[in-house]
Amino acid sequence: MATAPASTVPEYPMARAAGCPFDPPQALRTLAPVSRIRLWDGSTPWLITRHADTRALLADPRVSADARREGYPHTSAAGRARRTRGSTFINMDDPDHARLRRMVTGTFTIRRVDALRPSIQRIVDERIDALLAGPRPVDLVQAFALPVPSLVICHLLGVPYADHDFFQCRARVLVSRDETVERASAAQDELTGYLDGIIADKLAEPADDLLSKLAGEHVATGELSRRDAALMAMLLVIAGHETTANMIALGTLALLEHPDQLTALRDTDDPALIAGAVEELLRYLTITHSGRRRVALQDIEIDGQTIHAGDGIVLAGDAANRDEDAFSDADRLDVHRDAGGHLAFGFGVHACLGQPLARAELQIVYSTLYRRIPGLRLAAPLEQIPFKHDSNVYGVYELPVTF
Amino acid sequence: MRVIVDQNKCVASGQCVLAAGAVFDQHEEDGTVLLLNASPPHELHDAVRRAAALCPARAISIRTSARALDT
Ligand code: HEM
Ligand code: SF4
Repeated sequence: MATAPASTVPEYPMARAAGCPFDPPQALRTLAPVSRIRLWDGSTPWLITRHADTRALLADPRVSADARREGYPHTSAAGRARRTRGSTFINMDDPDHARLRRMVTGTFTIRRVDALRPSIQRIVDERIDALLAGPRPVDLVQAFALPVPSLVICHLLGVPYADHDFFQCRARVLVSRDETVERASAAQDELTGYLDGIIADKLAEPADDLLSKLAGEHVATGELSRRDAALMAMLLVIAGHETTANMIALGTLALLEHPDQLTALRDTDDPALIAGAVEELLRYLTITHSGRRRVALQDIEIDGQTIHAGDGIVLAGDAANRDEDAFSDADRLDVHRDAGGHLAFGFGVHACLGQPLARAELQIVYSTLYRRIPGLRLAAPLEQIPFKHDSNVYGVYELPVTF
Repeated sequence: MRVIVDQNKCVASGQCVLAAGAVFDQHEEDGTVLLLNASPPHELHDAVRRAAALCPARAISIRTSARALDT
């Protein structure tokens, strides 16, 4: 990859401005729409910050998500080691990506997810019952935001929730930006080893869950190796947990800091308004704040620049979701706006597989939590809330609340 | 309006079903798009255009005929 003079190329990721925990880094806005950045390893891939460019490139078959290719912009040494040791379809191109993804898409259709809504509602209600009966202040992350998606994904995959400390802790290591290679590799081996054991159980004794289906229909037939099945299960465990949990906690904090928006959401029964509020919070917060990572397979002309074959590309969805050309008054959180077309779930063939599930979970959480606990408020000043600046998925480590 | 879907491109995101459930459904087995109505009535055209714009895989295309009655 060509390198630009060190002095002119800004480092990425960039820091958010103090006191603006919900806004993307200010420096992102001062860059040209297609410009070079410098990563942890000294490489200088392209950064894309506009909504239209991001959509175009994420849907472009000349752009690869294959992390084993030269030039792929890794998030850290640990990320590089992990992604080159075991690939899942999130880091493959078609046709391999499509073949593997389609083994699990049947579980995430709108109809199947709608059928899960009563179970999700029950999980949410039980957790709120426990909150109301428990001590206060309480950390909303541990008591609610993490257990809800964790219970849901365990139910769906057929993984015992009793083991949640084990896999939540590994999942956290795997999305961190600054873990050592050793710790990340160990976490990956432990998690895939554990999931391989579960897949073996499902082969022997299938149940009505995703891992049984994967084992019975694809591992038993020899179409998918045990190792690849375990890696796929790991992808689902991590993606199913960390993202939704962060949206619940960070979304709640954003609403508490925008009381008019919280009131609008709390006072409505309208499913369309609730669904719209979820889209707006996804857009506004764009928790996957480390950019989609890709590498060019051919030369690509965009905005007067040439991205050469082999160049890394980082697509800053957080900046794209605040692009004034796509969303007017983009920096304002407005639950009434039409946030359709936001890029919080990515775009192109790798668009989030779990998006129907994430939407259902967030719609149920946001329409239940603030109604059942109308007095919900922060139990610490905003300045003391620990934000996940050092994680590939943004959020808060803790959210002390009371009511 | 004629709607065309490309099942090979579809990544089963379900966006089209959310945008225009009267026109799109998903296959039970793998969630790929199922076209319910290739010539939807006028009142659904906006929803279909929205579905096509939101489709992350660009698997939905729309042809508008020159004949006014058919558009
Ligand atoms: C609010 C919650 C969520 C957000 C913001 C989110 C965001 C994303 C994004 C941005 C991508 C694109 C990655 C890329 O292009 O490089 C993605 C992919 C993915 N997500 Fe999600 N996600 C969420 C919830 C979930 C859930 C609940 C699951 C469930 C299992 C899930 C499973 C996946 C998988 C498997 C992929 C890879 C898809 C592929 O490569 O084809 N996600 N997600
Ligand atoms: S929106 Fe596109 S990718 Fe998603 S199910 Fe419909 S056709 Fe398939």
